[in-house]
Order: sequence, then C-alpha cells, then structure tokens
Amino acid sequence: MSDKSKVIYLLVIFCAVAAFPFLYNSLSTPVNAKIELNTPVIDAMKVKQCIVPKEEMRRDHMKILNRWRDEVVRDSHREFGNIDGVMYEKSLQRTCMHCHSNKSEFCDRCHAYASVDVYCWDCHLAPKENKP
Amino acid sequence: MKILLPFLGVIGVVMVAFVGVELLNLRYLFGIIIPYAAFITFMAGVILHVLKWGRSAVPFCIPTTSGQQKSFPWVKRDRLDNPSDNLEVIGRMALEVFLFRSLFSNTSSSLKEDEGRLIHGSSKWLWGAGLAFHWTFFIVVFRHLRLFVDPIPSVLYLVDSLDGLMQLGVPVLYWTGLILLGSATYLFIRRVFIPQVRYISLPNDHFPLLLIIAIVLSGLLMRYFLKVDIIYVKDLTVGLFSLKPVITHNLGLIFYIHLFLVSVLLAYFPFSKLMHAAGVLLSPTRNMPNNSRRVRHINPWNYPVKVHTYEEYEDDFRDKMKKAGIPVEKE
Repeated sequence: MSDKSKVIYLLVIFCAVAAFPFLYNSLSTPVNAKIELNTPVIDAMKVKQCIVPKEEMRRDHMKILNRWRDEVVRDSHREFGNIDGVMYEKSLQRTCMHCHSNKSEFCDRCHAYASVDVYCWDCHLAPKENKP
Repeated sequence: MKILLPFLGVIGVVMVAFVGVELLNLRYLFGIIIPYAAFITFMAGVILHVLKWGRSAVPFCIPTTSGQQKSFPWVKRDRLDNPSDNLEVIGRMALEVFLFRSLFSNTSSSLKEDEGRLIHGSSKWLWGAGLAFHWTFFIVVFRHLRLFVDPIPSVLYLVDSLDGLMQLGVPVLYWTGLILLGSATYLFIRRVFIPQVRYISLPNDHFPLLLIIAIVLSGLLMRYFLKVDIIYVKDLTVGLFSLKPVITHNLGLIFYIHLFLVSVLLAYFPFSKLMHAAGVLLSPTRNMPNNSRRVRHINPWNYPVKVHTYEEYEDDFRDKMKKAGIPVEKE
C-alpha cells in the first residue's frame, strides 16, 4: 500500500489554489483605475498644482487627511501652509473636493482597484456630481 | 553561531535586494524575473517532493491509537482518537490541521525545588502561539489577493473590513499583521530562551522564522510608515499574475526588499522544514484508520515467500510415513 491516490488529490487541490489568481485574471475584465483630473475647477486653474507634489499626494494623502482631521477636531487648527507658502483650509469638503468634485472618478476608482474601503463618507457629505 | 548564521543570512537577503535595486538598478530582475523563478521553484519543488513521498511504501498500518477502538456496540469508543474509517480519519486530520489538536495536549515537566518532586503540567503556549501564527499568516496571505486579482471579489472586502475592524489610523491597522509579528517573535524567542529548545534548534529552524519576521516587518513598514504607491504596486503584481508583467513606475526600495524576501521564502520552502505543510497530511500515524483487524494491509515490501506445504511434504515422504504407521491424508 502507498499514499498514491491521496497524493494526487492533494496535488490537484494545491495546483488549483495556486492557479486561481492566474485563471481569475485571465477570465475577468480589469477595472478602470485611471483617475480623472479634468474637473471644471481644475481646468480653470492656470497652474495645475495640488497642495503638495503629486507623487507625495498619491502615496501619503491618507496620512495627510488623518493628520488634518486630528488637528482640526482636537486643536481647531485649520490652516495648512504648503511648501510654497500658499495657505489652504484643512477641509475635505471645502478644499479637496472643491477641486476634485468628481468623487466617483477620482476617489473611488483607485480605492476600488486597491480594495480600500474608506470611511470618510460615514460622516462627510460626498459632493453632488452631475451625472450625464 | 546557530542563531547568528541565519540572522546574518536574513540581513544578507535584505542587503542583496538593497544593492541590486538601489545601487545596480536591477528592477526588472528583482521585480519580475526573481519572483517568477521563485514561484516556479516553489511549485515544482513542492510537487516533486510530494510525489516522491507518494511513491514511497506505507508498509504497516500504524495509526496512533489514543482511545478505545471500535469494538462491541456497548463499548464506548473514541471516534477521533481511534478512527475506524476514512470519515473519522478526515475528522481527526481536520482537527489536527486546523486546530493543532495534538499540540494542545502538550505538557511540560518541571522539578519543584522545595519539594523535590517532578511536576507534569499542561503547557498551551506553543499551541496558542503556533495557532495564532499559522492562522494570521493564512489571513495575511489571503488578504494579499487584493493585490493579485482584478477586479476584487467581495469576500476580500469582508476579510479586509473584519481585519481592520478597529479603524485605527489610516491606512487602517490590520490586527492580523500585529498578531503575526507578535506570535512569530514569541516562537523565535522561545527557541532562544528555553534551554532545551535552544539545544535542539538548528540554523534551519531559526532561518525561516527570522525570514518570516523580516517579511512581516518589511510589510508593516511599507504599509504604515515608509509608504509605497499601492496602485503602481498592484499594476506590477496583477501583471505578474496575468503573465504580462511590466514595471511602469519607481516602486520604492521597501517594496523590492519585501518582494525579494518573499521570493527567498518561496524558493526555500520545498527544501526546508516548511514542507511540514504537506507532510502533516502524509503522516501514517495520523492519516490511516485503525482497521487492521478488518482490512488486510498489504505490505508492498512483501516478496513471494518460498513455502513447502504439508501436502508436498507428504508427497515426499508418503512411503516412509506409511511404513512407520503414521496416518496420511492421501493414500
């Protein structure tokens, strides 16, 4: 006697598990993760510049938002001066979403792509979007 | 030395990734070629290893029997500790694999100084830490699927939200990451500080533990402190899992260190003690029913034994037997 039949079952299951992401990706249609930056407010800007450089924003925006929340809620500290000395109000709705008024094409696309379930909108109002 | 060597090994792995990516700029090698090579080594290594085990003989029916076996209907039997059929074996094996049942009965002995008595007591630390380590490791690996597949199945959102239930900080703190780091650290410290365990620990016991701790640390650093652009990372990882890998952007050194550590773990896996993952299912003392009185277990090592039956003996000596007055079967 030997474990031959048991071993075959074992290896089939092992290979199926390992092959799952490959098969899944080959059968599914990828989601659109490209963020849309052309909102009316941004289009009207002469210098298209966020509060901090783009790369830093992509990487650290959640930390900035978290820090802003703590500073505003705990210390009523509402001004944010960026590296060029431009002052901004620390506000998700009035600063971030003022320019990026397209939540579904700006916030949601990347978050859906990376499976990030943000809880900003548990409290904050999402901007009204004019859907065509 | 037994600890220093694997420690230096893990540092060396990190240094190789640092030199390769930061100084030599071999991003294609460390981002695509090495992960693929490691994955192929892992798959082929595990499959060949298990096939080799599968070919070997199971000469004896040797399940461990730590309970009453199936007997008269009025004798109370122990189905899990003395399984009599395959279903009960599956039950016993499932408890072993998912809950480490045999480790649960771990004991520790100590000599009580004042009384001079040997005390045997239950010891659940290894069981608890081992279980926490394996389960959180599984959940962490499962959670990583969100970076491997696109679009994301909803079950991953569920796991993510349960794992980030405390909503501490942003990005949300995953408690499995912390438990994994804590339990792996405990398992390592246990090998260092308990004299008996330290004595029997070898470099190849320490190396995988330290490697896994390094992987967890680099992952936690990447997620919570040093930060990488997760969208570009996912572009690469989904590419890897679609067989169309491209590196479009600068992904950050910590990502390559994490990836290289994981690649080393994958490539190391089939040649190490980590193969216990498959081996536990092939333990003859656990995966056989205790049915040796009902089902004949054929030993594959049996060779045809040359026998000389009584009939043949009688044929040889019939005349002599008759002369001596010994009764014979055949006249």
